[in-house]
Amino acid sequence: MNRLKNQNITTNDILNWTILVGVPAVFLISWQVLGDRDIINGSVLPTPYKIIDTLRQSIESGSLQKHFYASIVRVLLGFAAGAAAGVIAGFLTGLFEKVNKAVAVIFGVLRPIPMIGLVPLFILWFGIGEKSKIVLIAVGTFWSVLLNTEHGIQNTDYKYLEVARMLEKSKFTTLAKIIFPASIPSIFTGLRLGLSAAWRCLVAAEMLASTKGVGYMISYARELAQPSLMFVGLLTIGFVGIIIDVLITKLQLKLIKWT
Amino acid sequence: MSGIQDDVLVKIEDLYKVFHIDGKPVEVLEDINLEVKQGEFISIVGASGCGKSTLLRIIAGLETATKGKALFENNVITKPSIHCGMVFQESRLFPWLNVRKNIEFGLSRRVDKQTKRDISQQMIDLVGLAGFEKALPRQLSGGMQQRVSIARTLVNNPKLLLLDEPFGALDAITKIHMQNELLRIWKAEKNTMILVTHDIDEAIYLGDKVIVMSNKPGKIRNVIPVDLPRPRDRSSIDFMNIRRLIYKEFFEETEYKIEYYL
Repeated sequence: MNRLKNQNITTNDILNWTILVGVPAVFLISWQVLGDRDIINGSVLPTPYKIIDTLRQSIESGSLQKHFYASIVRVLLGFAAGAAAGVIAGFLTGLFEKVNKAVAVIFGVLRPIPMIGLVPLFILWFGIGEKSKIVLIAVGTFWSVLLNTEHGIQNTDYKYLEVARMLEKSKFTTLAKIIFPASIPSIFTGLRLGLSAAWRCLVAAEMLASTKGVGYMISYARELAQPSLMFVGLLTIGFVGIIIDVLITKLQLKLIKWT
Repeated sequence: MSGIQDDVLVKIEDLYKVFHIDGKPVEVLEDINLEVKQGEFISIVGASGCGKSTLLRIIAGLETATKGKALFENNVITKPSIHCGMVFQESRLFPWLNVRKNIEFGLSRRVDKQTKRDISQQMIDLVGLAGFEKALPRQLSGGMQQRVSIARTLVNNPKLLLLDEPFGALDAITKIHMQNELLRIWKAEKNTMILVTHDIDEAIYLGDKVIVMSNKPGKIRNVIPVDLPRPRDRSSIDFMNIRRLIYKEFFEETEYKIEYYL
């Protein structure tokens, strides 16, 4: 019985892995073959081999590391500032109806503005240097974290709050021991969404006004007519995004053992 | 406390409760009068929607009466108090705290760490959960969760324990175990109990008195004393007689029909 069960899982596993690895492999091989036979124009869509070769070159020359470092510092600083502000603001709007009302119109108007539209304004306010980019990333992160924190607080189960009332707990204890832990899962959702917003803002800022960073690398590659370098930039952002998301999910699982 | 009625812990006088649903007033409780003596075990039984939970929530201070008053130790109840504990149908444990921490959360007076630990350990032993101190609520069965919930309420040593269908979600066998546990705790802690239930057997098995409530609006239909020694035998003639009496309150017409066809 046990063996049979194991065997079943194994066959299923093999099938899943075959699909997981096989489909992208077939895709890559066809892409390479079509490129080699000049069916796909290499100056529009370089072959996978060409992209990997460019990746190797840019690592060897150190240029990828330089751009990547500039980008990751901006993202982390902007994300940290935006997330902190978002959590604090989310607590205030989630807990106090008056605060919520006070900022409802202002936030309602500001939130739908696409981040890319703010780039010129932030350059005017904060200069062309690091500050304007970090602020843009922070603002982009802020909205997702704010909304999800607020949602988490407002959706704390009233049944838990009744328990606190029955036990004559103070407002502070109720906040620290019930509302805060109850909203942690929601806050994490906000952080994950905020991080992807941070990457989007980074690329926007770097493409419009920068001299280094992965976003700059992409737009510079267009000027050089080097599509393979563009792909190196795009894939870097994609892979780093996935790695950070996995790390946040792991942290979440560690912190939230109860779900 | 007044000297005349010092053994009366809870007193309900001409109490009415009206809810507004969709703008229309709906009478939930009508003309409720009730006295609960110190140390008594009262069962309130009624169909769902008869307002029995609302009555309990008014005694708890979670809701206010529309008319009339509810008194606890001769004071009008306006808000929850730690002298009055409540056990809900769902255990309402905090999923992020383990058993010990959940119970310690219940403690409302300030004590040092060691005392806190001693009290929670005492409660854990009382409800028979020794060895599960570090378990999270989701790792416990429904019956065990409810034990933790009872322990969390008992840490403040409340004079009055309100139980809102506490065993309603448990299976029949666990339920019987929990009823015996509750009686054991009641004997050990000597507090006053008010239990709301829709289970007629449970009401008779546990209560000194069974208060039968009618539906829409919720009124006290009858108060039936249960003068049987504990532990009670659910299949004894006396128990059955009381059960028949209560069944009649609910299903009078049906009973008539059966007799007619016989």
